Amino acid sequence: MSNELIEFVLISVALLGIGIYGLAVKRNAIRMLFAVEIIVNAANLNLVAFARFMPHSGGQTLALFSIAIAAAEVAVGLALIIVAYRMYKNIDIADFRSLKG
Amino acid sequence: MADALFLAISVLTIGSAIAALEMRSLVYGSIALMGTLGGVAGFYVMLDSPFVAMFQLAVYVGSIAVLILFTVMLVKRELIFKKIEDPKRKFAGIGLMLIVILALGAVIMDSGIKTISTDSEPVDFREIGGDFLTYYWPALILMALILAGSVMGALVLARREDTIENEQ
Repeated sequence: MSNELIEFVLISVALLGIGIYGLAVKRNAIRMLFAVEIIVNAANLNLVAFARFMPHSGGQTLALFSIAIAAAEVAVGLALIIVAYRMYKNIDIADFRSLKG
Repeated sequence: MADALFLAISVLTIGSAIAALEMRSLVYGSIALMGTLGGVAGFYVMLDSPFVAMFQLAVYVGSIAVLILFTVMLVKRELIFKKIEDPKRKFAGIGLMLIVILALGAVIMDSGIKTISTDSEPVDFREIGGDFLTYYWPALILMALILAGSVMGALVLARREDTIENEQ
């Protein structure tokens, strides 16, 4: 094992920072979903990195569950974006403030 | 110290993460997001977890990125190329990013993580399969139900009601 744990953790921190920047600045609903995906990937990378250095299989199992749940989250999130786009003809979240049924 | 392969994958991952958020076109942005997800899969291979890397490639790069691409195609053309953001919030966002990275980085560099390294054997993927089928089986069934429910929910949400009315 040539790489150390701290290198993977620092990459994970950088990805988390980029994701937080995207969530804070972007108003495009699809881009905010990109930012959420980047943050989820940073968390998964942390799980797998710590599981390698323990070493224990629990981290990898949890990462697999996390990836599957993220797939479900993206499916529902994109469906919500499509519904909102159909109602407002826009994907700017500032327009979604007055969401009504 | 980090070797060349690690540096290459980290440049790919972080560079394409920034590109995914900053590219003008959403289509190129989602392709750059694929680069990020593939780079994370590369990290999993470096961490001796080929099973998670394969899962990441199949689920994230294979299905989620394609789903995002198709959603982008459903959106109007001028919205794909329009950058929607507040210029004022951009600097606040960059500041927030730097604060998070520097603060968390300082805490991590100060902690004992720096000295951790391992020579032990990696976890065998057969052990993960065994775990799934013995200890985690209720969670596996619950996850299957959640996935089925969320896919059905997505289909119901995205259904168009006006086409049905037109046919009648």
